[in-house]
Amino acid sequence: MIEIDVSTERGIAVVVPRGRLNMVAAKRLREALAEVVAGGTHRIVVDLGETTFLDSSGLGALVSGLKAARQAGGDLRVARPTPEVLAVFQLTNIDKVLRPRPDVASAFDV
Amino acid sequence: MTRRLLLLRCVVVLTALLGINYITWRWIFSVHWSAWWIAVPLILAETYSMIDSLLFGMTMWRLKERGDPPAPDPDATVDVFITTYNEPTELVRDTAVAAVAIRHPHRTWILDDGNRPEMQALAEELGIGWITRSPEWTGMPRHAKAGNLNNALLATDGEFLLILDADQVPAPEILDRTLGYFTDDDVALVQTPQYFVNVPESDPLGSQAPLFYGPIQQGKDGWNAAFFCGSNAVIRREALIQVGIARYVHDTTLGVTRALRSARTVLTAARKELGPDDKAVATALDEVLYDVGRAQREIDRGGALLDVTYRFQARVAEIRRRLVAADLELVAADLEVIAELEALGESDETLATVSLESLDRVTARDLSPLGAIEAVEALVRAIDVDRSGEAIPVMPMATISVTEDMATCMRIHGLGWRTLYHDEVLAHGLAPEDLESMLTQRLRWAQGTAQVMFRENPLTQRGLSWPQRLMYFATMWSYLSGFAALVYIAAPVIYLTIGVLPVQALSSDFFWRLVPFLVLNQLLFFVAAAGRPTWRGQQYSLALFPVWITSVTSAFGNVFLGRSLDFSVTPKVAKESTVRRWDLVRPQLVAMGLLALAAVVGVVRLAVGQASWLGTSLNMVWVVFDLVIFSVIIQAVRYRGFAASTSPPAGSPAPPSPPDSTEGAR
Repeated sequence: MIEIDVSTERGIAVVVPRGRLNMVAAKRLREALAEVVAGGTHRIVVDLGETTFLDSSGLGALVSGLKAARQAGGDLRVARPTPEVLAVFQLTNIDKVLRPRPDVASAFDV
Repeated sequence: MTRRLLLLRCVVVLTALLGINYITWRWIFSVHWSAWWIAVPLILAETYSMIDSLLFGMTMWRLKERGDPPAPDPDATVDVFITTYNEPTELVRDTAVAAVAIRHPHRTWILDDGNRPEMQALAEELGIGWITRSPEWTGMPRHAKAGNLNNALLATDGEFLLILDADQVPAPEILDRTLGYFTDDDVALVQTPQYFVNVPESDPLGSQAPLFYGPIQQGKDGWNAAFFCGSNAVIRREALIQVGIARYVHDTTLGVTRALRSARTVLTAARKELGPDDKAVATALDEVLYDVGRAQREIDRGGALLDVTYRFQARVAEIRRRLVAADLELVAADLEVIAELEALGESDETLATVSLESLDRVTARDLSPLGAIEAVEALVRAIDVDRSGEAIPVMPMATISVTEDMATCMRIHGLGWRTLYHDEVLAHGLAPEDLESMLTQRLRWAQGTAQVMFRENPLTQRGLSWPQRLMYFATMWSYLSGFAALVYIAAPVIYLTIGVLPVQALSSDFFWRLVPFLVLNQLLFFVAAAGRPTWRGQQYSLALFPVWITSVTSAFGNVFLGRSLDFSVTPKVAKESTVRRWDLVRPQLVAMGLLALAAVVGVVRLAVGQASWLGTSLNMVWVVFDLVIFSVIIQAVRYRGFAASTSPPAGSPAPPSPPDSTEGAR
């Protein structure tokens, strides 16, 4: 299944979903992101480096997190997608909204 | 190719040739131009009917009869959704009990949009799930059934969904007979018929749609355009969510682009109002204008929307901070306009569907410079990537129409998925039993279809193949029949009463071109129907002309003028009606009266030698035909419901049934 690690550094939360981010796991990621925002951290980087699979439900969870973060005045960025995961981004055109960043550290630089 | 299909194709070709031959001759040689006020409407109505016939022929061309389905993957996970809003508990219970008894492993959920304790109790009693709207929906547009389903998608995680209306009782084998098709990874949806058990064989309200849930769906299936009809369908979750994501991207892109365009209008207007002393303000406005242009250029170059809007908002906020000190007193006057802009983002529609005109109306107000900048911010916030005006940002079930099914299906096709139609009754439903409910239901379906036609015209949808576009268009086209019906009523009345003939001459040419086409067209129906009854459908496609006309005009007003549709949920319980509701069919009664009166006048005119035998008898036949068509209305008004009807259906798991009895029509 999936494990979701959350760590916060200098006001930015880094969320790392490890494993398959599919329709079953999407709900947990959505809840995890909502919790981060509710906890007062409004800037989030989702590190997809350890995500081996992503489907549309997983993307849906990312968009939900984005909405929550933006409404709280912050933002959500995604980083380090594998080629397989990036292909899903391109298939749905979501990369036109949510541009994946090459690494976590610089995700909030621009 | 089966013999049936071969025969069908022969008839299709012949019908098309005869039809084109007739209509060409009519246009070129026989329009009575001096009586243009009736001649032109008539030729247009005839052309309408001709195109309808051609589209029907095209549908039949690839009629696909699927035999037994492939075996399902035993491990496929399924959520069974029963959607309810205000139906009686006992009715939902019947469906829920049958849903639990479905053989393939699954989880059953009641999607209770009414948030009712008795539904919760029912779910607990049966050991199934009860889903109500999550807290995010508070104060947000609810989007009726589409919203109900979208909400439930987030609460569940099965690979497939079986969607059932509260009154559609599923058979235990419904999943065994449909899931197998999904072993093909490209299949997104399998639709099965809607069939109603509380309808007598004579079907006075035209509830069953045997031609639609049969040859028409099979024909659309052949073109990979089988329709989703809202209930009794199995859907692949991945396909549906993908549609939601793609739509989110599309709407957001369009919304941001429109907001930037309106922002430019607001700023330019404010800039013009400035006096020579307002140097600081002018500079600020120019800066914002520059940033609007920059944001648009970044988007055009493929910049990610999230980044562009984030940067844009940050810059505008900064400029505003600098201005605030200079210009506090003017702010109050603008608050109203700004509130209006924000409301726009939270209105019933997504900004992508708000018309440019209404945006312009709001933004055309005079604003002070600071007000203009704030308005721009509000505008951009309203359509920002976070979709602040919606409960959930991703809406897989389309919300552009009161009938979510057709719009959603079109988007599924647009992404390249396959849908198919399995022609086997696997659920038994309930149809409205009184005239008023039936009229409400038909109006709702027709309005939904017209909304999709106006909002996302299939002919312009890039992701669809041309046959798919035409298959969607065919259904929309069939709902325009109300306007043609008006002409078909008026033309004989006009001839019989005042003797004006819309056709040049009733020559033998006319008969030799028209009659063979009419005969072939009926033959086409006969062959396509293969024994299923089609007469009721034919009657209702003309007899409900006021409903069809209202649906088109109200949907037009809704989409383009922002008017309400006056939409109501179809009542599922028969109303206690002791009174016969002649008032509901007044236009039809007036039409029948006019036709009958015209017949009498026609006879008198013939007797006194003011009319020709040929013209009078032809128009008499026409009048009689119209009256026979409309006679169904009398039956419908007199109908007392299924229990009261004397002829129960002879144990009839017979032919299937209806969203659009219009198509079930011709």
